[in-house]
Amino acid sequence: MSSITTRDTPRGFSAAEYMTCLTGIVWREGLRFLHQRERFVSALVRPLVWLFIFAAGFRQVLGISIIPPYETYILYEVFIAPGLMAMIQLFNGMQSSLSMVYDREMGNMRTLLVSPLPRGFLLFCKLLAGTAVSLLQVYAFLLIAWFWDITPPPIGYLTVLPALILSGLMLGSLGMLISSGIKQLESFAGVMNFVIFPMFFASSALYPLWRVQEGSPYLYYLCEANPFTHAVELIRFALYGQINWVSLAVVATCTIVFMIGAIYAYDPSRGLARRGPAGGEG
Amino acid sequence: MTSPAPIAEQREVPKPNPAAVPALSIDGVSHAYGPRRALMDVSFNVQPASFTALLGLNGAGKSTLFSLITRLFGIQTGRVGIFGHDVSKSPGEALRLLGVVFQPRTLDLDLSLTQNLLYHAALHGISRREAAVRSAELLGRIGLTERAGSKVRDLSGGQMRRLEIARALLHRPRLLLLDEPTVGLDVKARADIIGHVRQLVTEQGIGVLWATHLFDEIMAGDDLVVLHQGKVLAQGPMSRVVAEAGAQDVNTAFMRLTGAQTLPGGGA
Repeated sequence: MSSITTRDTPRGFSAAEYMTCLTGIVWREGLRFLHQRERFVSALVRPLVWLFIFAAGFRQVLGISIIPPYETYILYEVFIAPGLMAMIQLFNGMQSSLSMVYDREMGNMRTLLVSPLPRGFLLFCKLLAGTAVSLLQVYAFLLIAWFWDITPPPIGYLTVLPALILSGLMLGSLGMLISSGIKQLESFAGVMNFVIFPMFFASSALYPLWRVQEGSPYLYYLCEANPFTHAVELIRFALYGQINWVSLAVVATCTIVFMIGAIYAYDPSRGLARRGPAGGEG
Repeated sequence: MTSPAPIAEQREVPKPNPAAVPALSIDGVSHAYGPRRALMDVSFNVQPASFTALLGLNGAGKSTLFSLITRLFGIQTGRVGIFGHDVSKSPGEALRLLGVVFQPRTLDLDLSLTQNLLYHAALHGISRREAAVRSAELLGRIGLTERAGSKVRDLSGGQMRRLEIARALLHRPRLLLLDEPTVGLDVKARADIIGHVRQLVTEQGIGVLWATHLFDEIMAGDDLVVLHQGKVLAQGPMSRVVAEAGAQDVNTAFMRLTGAQTLPGGGA
């Protein structure tokens, strides 16, 4: 078309082009997700195992006093539900990072990165797409949990949405930052051991922090410094229509820091360039 | 390291004629992975509506050069321009004029042909409606209209390559890079793809840079760049490169220039 002859002068990109790109990336991530049904099932089974088995066994061991945002005594299942929601997002964020390593090895990442749109924007789209997928998983979990008597106030299902988006972005950008440093697919096992497990266990996902403090003050400080704790608390409060300002500030700051770090790491003149060629050298 | 023949120094100086901006200009590009130098002061141009073959053995630096042109790696030394747009300074303008087919396959195997094309179009900001029209048109041109809805996984190697070329053309680039696109294909699929790309040069005026180590893919009228161990040993119209090397064919010319003993293209 005529555009071929008029392209020589720089024209930048219109808002519509940015939107097309964003929806395209989210659409593709959604399609891929639908094609990987095992991924969806395992994303659901993991928290449900914790909920049905671990929580059922543990609830006699661990008494929960009344702590905000809860207004009554609650069952242990109810307490760990927000932690499990965050866990879904944690796994999803790391899995997206796995897919970036995989993409890079398989070359799909190249398709993304040779798009003429600014690279930071492309990576941001990728993060949003990953977060959107995690929202599907979390709400599916909440639906099943409802039948298990985890019934937050109806408005909570709505108020938790922005919290989930923010925590999804934080965990996704953390995963992206880590993925930029991974060269091989096998390293993902290392990510499991050194990132996912410590983050999950050293947090308020499974036990209230005052309990941790009684046991070990050092572990308590570690938990407090763990961004994942704040993702959990942000979700916990939002699920009951409240805002935990400290957690909100921590999660928002971490999101920004991780995102800038990831975009920096994927800048061609820095991160990737230092390493050897991706794929076959020739 | 073999000492290059004297011809290596005779580089064509691109004339600063604004009417003839080269489709691709590589200017004094060097690249190192730590201590290992992959490219050393590489310079050459690809003209619009020309077929330029980048000839080199595996490890010559072809893929590194492609990664620099497509901005997967940052440029350490030198300059890469696409129709005059500096890849480092205005990547958006440069990359939108560029179509690229990488050596490894880069399609989503579980998505359909159309879905792959629509995704690529979205990455270039092409609206859904326009993308659907172009996808259908390009699928028709590569003879895969009936397969539009099937998964890419079910295609043959040659069909995947044709789809990748169609995808690279979706945003109507004026420069097309192909990194050893015929590797692993049978004779007929190879001929199809070469024919198709040559047609793009003559009919649509696209500048093509075709990286290869297969001599029989180069024709008399092509421009030739011989890359060996990160250095350009010779460049220019194929007939001239061959004549200046005092050889009868590309095979022999390449052997004389590089001092290579065995050749993948066979038969010297």
